Formats: sequence, structure tokens, C-alpha cells
Amino acid sequence: MHTVQFAAKFEFLDEIRDFVGAIARDAGFADRDVYNIQLATDEAASNIIEHAYEGVTTGLLEISCGVKNGDSIHVTLVDHGEPFDPSEVPDPDLDADLSERKIGGLGIFLMRKLMDEVHYHAGPGNSNTLTLIKRKA
Amino acid sequence: MEISTQEFKHCDMIKVKGRVDSATAPQLAQALESANHNGKHKLVIDMSELEYMSSAGFRALLAAQRNSKKYNRGEVVLASVPDRIREALELAGFTELFKTFDDPLHAVGFF
Repeated sequence: MHTVQFAAKFEFLDEIRDFVGAIARDAGFADRDVYNIQLATDEAASNIIEHAYEGVTTGLLEISCGVKNGDSIHVTLVDHGEPFDPSEVPDPDLDADLSERKIGGLGIFLMRKLMDEVHYHAGPGNSNTLTLIKRKA
Repeated sequence: MEISTQEFKHCDMIKVKGRVDSATAPQLAQALESANHNGKHKLVIDMSELEYMSSAGFRALLAAQRNSKKYNRGEVVLASVPDRIREALELAGFTELFKTFDDPLHAVGFF
């Protein structure tokens, strides 16, 4: 597992996507999977920056990424902001018409759909751990 | 991310290049809002050189579609949507909210 600490700011999303993308590509994931792993990680990180660290400018986001058993990539995001369990966010209504379409929850929905597993754990010392797992197709 | 605008007789084309995420989506949202504010409601988004778009970009598109379609005054359509971005839009249920065209000129011809 490789671990990198990022300042919890949107301007680092590019670097965060590059970090997980390089590991996924080296592990032999197909281009489509690499894109989707980057997108899911971006949505998870964006959500932490926007909600867990709302109003906080000095937050840190620690991201670990690695491949297990040669066929599944694990991305773990650890923050020390407000606890937030994405599994409690209801799916958006994708059949709603334009005027009723909800803006919120879309990123979380994409993250859940794009990955095979998503786990949230509120740990000691105010830490939140979100793990995203995707297996090779 | 880079944004450029081209005016046509019956619509405006907004070309978005590069990557749209939570850091850059506000710029896209602003460009779309300013078009709407200037009475431009028939908009083609040229995505031919778009590399990446997260849900932050989708939200900007949704807001612009709502604004443009108000009073039947116009519509936002998408052109040359790259495969990965099209798949994510589909997953988000957005392909039902936007007409898409294979190339920008066909999209311009729609208006």
C-alpha cells in the first residue's frame, strides 16, 4: 500500500486522481476501470472536503492505495472531520424529471455504483475511514 | 480546464477542454450562468476535448438545463461526449435530460 497525505482542498483532486490512477494502471486495470476508480475516489474525496471538513481550511486527507491478491484495488481515505457514513445517503431518484432532479447525493451514488465495495468506519481519535474496493473485471 | 464560446446564428457553442472537477466546476457553472444571463438559452456544450468530468460538472450542466428550458426558451445539448464521460452521465441518469449529438455541427443544426 502507498500512502500520501493531501491537504483537504479541491485543488489537490488532480493529484489524488493521478495517485490512484497510476497504481490502478500499473496493476493492469483496463482504461475504463482506471477512469472509474479515479472518478469514485474523486467523489469520495470531494465529499470529505465539502462536508466532513465544511468550514475547515487546515484539514488533512490521507489516502492509501494498493492492490491485494493481484486482482482488487483498495483505496482508503482517512479524515478527521465530521463523521459521515455514505451508506446513509439515499439514492437519487434517477427517474425524476428535470425540475425535480435533486442535486445532492449524486457523487455518493456514482461512487457506490462504480466500485464493488464501499465501507465506512468511524474510528478512535475522531477518524473516519472510507474504503473503496474494485476487482478486475 | 479551458472554456471558449462561439456564437452561431441560432445558438451558442461552449467548448469545455480538460478536466472538470469540484475545483474547476464553478468556472463552468459561471460560464453557463453568464450565457443564460445574457439571454443565451440555446447552448451546445462541445465535449470533444473534455478529458474528465465528475458529478460537480454534472451539477453545473443540470442547473444550466433548468435555466435554459424555463419558459421553453431554449435547451442545453451535448456534443462529442467521450465514452467514459457518457457512461458516467448514463449512470447518473443524465442522458435522459440532455440530447446528445455525435459532433458539434449536428448539434448546432438542431437549433
